[in-house]
Amino acid sequence: MSEARDTIIVGAGIVGSACAWECAKRGLRVLLLDAGPIGGGTTAAGMGHIVVMDDSEAQFALTAYSRRLWDELAAELPREVEHDPCGTLWAAADEEEMAEVHRKAHYYRERGIEVEVIEGSNLREMEPRLRAGLAGGLRVPGDSVVYPPCAARWMTERAREAGAEVRTGARVRRLVEEGGVELDTGEVIEAVVSVNAAGIGAGGLMMPEGLPVRGRKGHLAITDRYPGFVRHQIIELGYLKSAHGGGGDSVAFNIQPRKTGQMLIGSSRQYDAVDTQVEPPILDRMLRRAIEYIPTLGELSVVRVWTGQRAATPDKLPLIGPMPSNSAIWLATGHEGLGITTSLGTARLLADRLVGGEPEIPSKAYDPGRFAVEALAHV
Amino acid sequence: MSESIRVRVNGEDVVVPPGTVAAAAAARAGVTFFRLSVGGDRRGPLCGMGICFECRMTIDGRPHQRGCMVVCENGMELQTDESA
Amino acid sequence: MSRPEARSEFDVLVVGGGPAGIGAACAAVESSGSVRVGLIDESPWPGGQIWRGEGLAHGHSAKAGLWLKRLAASGVEVRSGSTVIGTGGAGVLVVEDRSGAGRISYNRLILCSGSRERFLPFPGWTSPRVVGAGGLQTLVKSGWPVEGKRVVVAGSGPLLLAVADGVNAAGGRVAAIVEQASWKRVMGFGMELSRFPAKLGQAVALRSRLATVPYLCGWWPTRVEDSTDGLLRVELTDGRRTREERVDLLACGFGLIPSIELAGMLGCGVKGGRIGVDDCQQTDVAGIYAAGEATGIKGGDSALVEGRLAGYSSVGEEVRADSLKGERDRWRRFGRAMEEAFVLRDELKCLADDSTIVCRCEDVTYGKLKARGSAREAKLQTRCGMGPCQGRVCGGATSFLFGWEADTVRPPLMASRLSSLLHLKGQGESER
Repeated sequence: MSEARDTIIVGAGIVGSACAWECAKRGLRVLLLDAGPIGGGTTAAGMGHIVVMDDSEAQFALTAYSRRLWDELAAELPREVEHDPCGTLWAAADEEEMAEVHRKAHYYRERGIEVEVIEGSNLREMEPRLRAGLAGGLRVPGDSVVYPPCAARWMTERAREAGAEVRTGARVRRLVEEGGVELDTGEVIEAVVSVNAAGIGAGGLMMPEGLPVRGRKGHLAITDRYPGFVRHQIIELGYLKSAHGGGGDSVAFNIQPRKTGQMLIGSSRQYDAVDTQVEPPILDRMLRRAIEYIPTLGELSVVRVWTGQRAATPDKLPLIGPMPSNSAIWLATGHEGLGITTSLGTARLLADRLVGGEPEIPSKAYDPGRFAVEALAHV
Repeated sequence: MSESIRVRVNGEDVVVPPGTVAAAAAARAGVTFFRLSVGGDRRGPLCGMGICFECRMTIDGRPHQRGCMVVCENGMELQTDESA
Repeated sequence: MSRPEARSEFDVLVVGGGPAGIGAACAAVESSGSVRVGLIDESPWPGGQIWRGEGLAHGHSAKAGLWLKRLAASGVEVRSGSTVIGTGGAGVLVVEDRSGAGRISYNRLILCSGSRERFLPFPGWTSPRVVGAGGLQTLVKSGWPVEGKRVVVAGSGPLLLAVADGVNAAGGRVAAIVEQASWKRVMGFGMELSRFPAKLGQAVALRSRLATVPYLCGWWPTRVEDSTDGLLRVELTDGRRTREERVDLLACGFGLIPSIELAGMLGCGVKGGRIGVDDCQQTDVAGIYAAGEATGIKGGDSALVEGRLAGYSSVGEEVRADSLKGERDRWRRFGRAMEEAFVLRDELKCLADDSTIVCRCEDVTYGKLKARGSAREAKLQTRCGMGPCQGRVCGGATSFLFGWEADTVRPPLMASRLSSLLHLKGQGESER
């Protein structure tokens, strides 16, 4: 511990792990810290969907960029990461949603993302478990699925090989203003820059100011093995617009075939539900929504239900870059439900900006400076 | 209680005494394993009381049923991975 | 549920239909006043594992038969084949059976969730020819054929003797009973039995029926493998010597573990892996009682007494409850003596090699687990405990091998149909 680190990254979720790997590759002396096991927080609770999303231009840019980075890694990913290029199928319930399919198809194609518009009954030929009467869908063949905790671990192993040090079971109390961190044991570890990648815990490390990051709770259920029950990750098209667009509690149909043959079923979103309890009222809504789309789902055996907290920002974009008030403290948090996808893009942007390289995509939309200092403190 | 129960195990008729559970009927039919594990290993019942899920079988078309917890009824169709 | 006319509201609801549950339900219903008592049991018939099949044509023990008849005549509403999959808010359990699911409400709850076997991994133990010790006993009582089969019964605890007896009675041939506890400890426990005449009588009768079966104390299995003659080769050791048996089946279990998942979900305090109860068998949650093996392993006779005590306590029959406390306390001493005598030896921690499977649902090997720091880390990185048994099998092993504690309990308590989860929410219950 004699020489100071260049970078301490707090949080070995998938975002922190990706950042540690990328920074180490750039030759920085990196220390990655986590209070729990690697990938044990929100990373462990998520679905692991690698997906291009178009809620905003900036969201599209980061997800498309990140998906490309995942594709570049695909051949290297070990078996336990369960990489599965199953694609996404956005299901449209009615003609209004079908119009959205066409809009989305145009938007994606214009930006170089391959898509396939599925009309009417062709949808059930593709996924026979879906109920009759759906209007159609949009297939995004390039989307894929991974198992996030093992993906995070694999990244920390690559980070180690690139020279990073990884310490789990080390709880950080706060980030030191001059760079570095103080552990809850009182130990202070110095660094030129510290990166707060602590997800929903990120604000707690920066008291009293805090951060504009709120927990947004989600529920998931996973079944026993039914290989081939569905073949794509299927999501209702209204996912972001109608289902999860507002600030209230919401559910949306989302089913993912795991490589194990298990079916992972989501999704729900709730603000201000800070505990980890499974909540029957919203679980009920979520499962009923899923059965609306796949009527035979009710017969499947569920082996586990769990919850997690997404780190949500007011504009649904992550915080990547230095604090406006203190360039010794950087942020890589606030990824909401897209942290698995955008971990790789986040790491590239962060490392590019840290060592002065030119990012491949514009970074401004994710810069913490977009929130006024007061907003950073009081959202 | 004295009459016997007729079930089909992997397509073959088996006659068992009343009160026989599906897993036991399969054993009486000469089944040597019930399921192939995730890694392809042969498995059979372990706990006998519904805890371990090693005796999972398809019962009347429904997969992943615990054979030790289901009592045989006339005409029941039982299938193990050994049939595959 | 399958019986739409069936009641779904009870003054006293008992979970578990073994001796504790039967004793509890009978005591509650037979008390003064009209008390609606229900009993939910996962098995196809009441009796639990110890009295399983006693009501069928598989033979009787007088005591079991008596209590099963008493239950049948008692007015207790018994729901066999019903699994508790979660809680549905205060005073409600959600229960699934073969045909559906539903909500059952209660004023008083008595948890008699019993115990399960501890299984320890050793090379070859996942063979279909290796069955739990209690597992084989239960299966034999449910029609599993052992006629003419050569069986070794191994592991630990007095249960091994009962298993061997049951196998022989069903036409099997038990080649040996292999007890990991030393002769000295087993003899010491035998001396202790003299304080419990009923148990001593049972033990003497059992030993005389098993007089020709070798009872190897201080021995344990180290490896099994299929041999060319179509049998299973079982390697045994006492730490210095080895011996080999060729059998059709190895029945193997290393003692019993209380089943406490439902208690945990209900917020009841758990101490040392068992549900904590007061002098009246009440848990630290008012109105929830517990009895039998789930409160500590003490055997079926003890479970019956505790169950009755809990049943009387739950309906305010204090005098009758008090009259059972002396007997209950004596069984607690018996339980402690048993626990001390059959404590697992450290050598059993070294049986698995790196390729030995520990988590049978997900085929996770000892080699992959030994480098992990906690059950949580192991679960996330190796899938250990993520299968349909929800860690009930590997958890008993990893707590002994690595000292890991089980993860939080969440619904569904047991793997259940997705549609059954739609009963977790009560009517009129809304989101916060």
